[in-house]
Amino acid sequence: MTNKNLRRAFSAMPLIIALFVFAGSSSVSANDQPPSQAAEVKIDNFSFGPQTLTIPAGSTVTWTNRDDIPHTAVSTDGAFKSKVMDTDEKFSHTFATPGTYAYYCTIHPKMTGKIVVQ
Amino acid sequence: MTDKNLIDQNLNQDGIDRRGFLKCMAWAGTGLVWTLSGGIPVSRAFAKNSGKSTDFTFAQISDSHMGFNKPANPDVVATLQAAIDKINRLPNPPEFLLHTGDISHLSRPEQFDKVDQILKSAVAKDVFFVPGEHDVLDDNGKSYLERYGKSAQGSGWYSFDKNGVHFIGLVNVMNLKSGGLGSLGNDQLEWMEKDVKHLKHSTPIVVFAHIPLWTVYPEWGWGTEDSAQALGYLKKFGSVTVLNGHIHQTMQKVEGKVTFHTAMSTAFPQPQPGKADSPGPMKVPAEQLRSVLGITDVNYVRGQHSLAVVDSTLG
Repeated sequence: MTNKNLRRAFSAMPLIIALFVFAGSSSVSANDQPPSQAAEVKIDNFSFGPQTLTIPAGSTVTWTNRDDIPHTAVSTDGAFKSKVMDTDEKFSHTFATPGTYAYYCTIHPKMTGKIVVQ
Repeated sequence: MTDKNLIDQNLNQDGIDRRGFLKCMAWAGTGLVWTLSGGIPVSRAFAKNSGKSTDFTFAQISDSHMGFNKPANPDVVATLQAAIDKINRLPNPPEFLLHTGDISHLSRPEQFDKVDQILKSAVAKDVFFVPGEHDVLDDNGKSYLERYGKSAQGSGWYSFDKNGVHFIGLVNVMNLKSGGLGSLGNDQLEWMEKDVKHLKHSTPIVVFAHIPLWTVYPEWGWGTEDSAQALGYLKKFGSVTVLNGHIHQTMQKVEGKVTFHTAMSTAFPQPQPGKADSPGPMKVPAEQLRSVLGITDVNYVRGQHSLAVVDSTLG
């Protein structure tokens, strides 16, 4: 880019940023729902913590395995299915639709959990 | 002065007295020897020259978890190799090996490869496998079957005969349901019913599967939901031996003509039922590790209805 064009590009930036800010805020105000969150489930000692997690629709849940043995997180109704997570590995899933999602570890099926999406 | 190595009371004419028995047990490690005579368990000394001609022996290893590298055992390669070395040195060399699953830790090709490589150093060239839940991760058991299931059906079940003994390898780690235990499934049960239907009642049966086929501790998933149906097909037989793994410790139960036995792991121990929050790898002081890992030697004596099952630790 030439210097002149560069200056033009930079001077347009505040306008562009302002446009994004206004666009962002207008979509938030049009929505009655709370903003989506990033939520966490920690896997340790053969259990999901918290065992029941309640989140707003659109949130992304990240499972992190802190146990010294691999685990999975697989929903009972086919909604999501992680690959095996070894220690410190993660799996994320975004829950767009409200509902209750029961899941378990397919390696140790006595480990169960629930995501409640509101 | 009495020579402590001389037998002074040979009450059962089996060539050993109490002091000798205890010395033998110390030599053999855990030396858990059980045989069934007329349905009653009788413990005997594990002696090198028992005087009886043994038709054949085979060895069981389990839960090698190749790829595991946490503090409970940073070197599962070394302990698996130690297990094979120990098997190679057994007084009656086993004709073949059974591996009751969790061969790998994460179902990865290089983990299966490594176990295959170590098994090449076994004098016994035939190894029969059943999968553990760690062997069927992510791909629904596809890579396990490609390697070990060539002559198997369904998710890897099969049977074979050796010296008049009928061996049945079962798979109870597939399609596990939430909150459930191990599971055999209807297809496998139907196959098993047909498989044993025409066998003579006098045929000794050995069933091997990863998760115990009896309910050891349901809170930790240590059991199989539909094993009662499988065992029902074996009611007519005079001798049934069930060999399992999964729980990483030895446990034995006798129920009529059926002897259930679980093996130690060659990788890491797990706690006894209820003695910890969860059934995960149990850390022991490094110098004790080999004393909680081990192999199982099984002796079949023709004419005896029982199989002698002997556990020994790696160190």
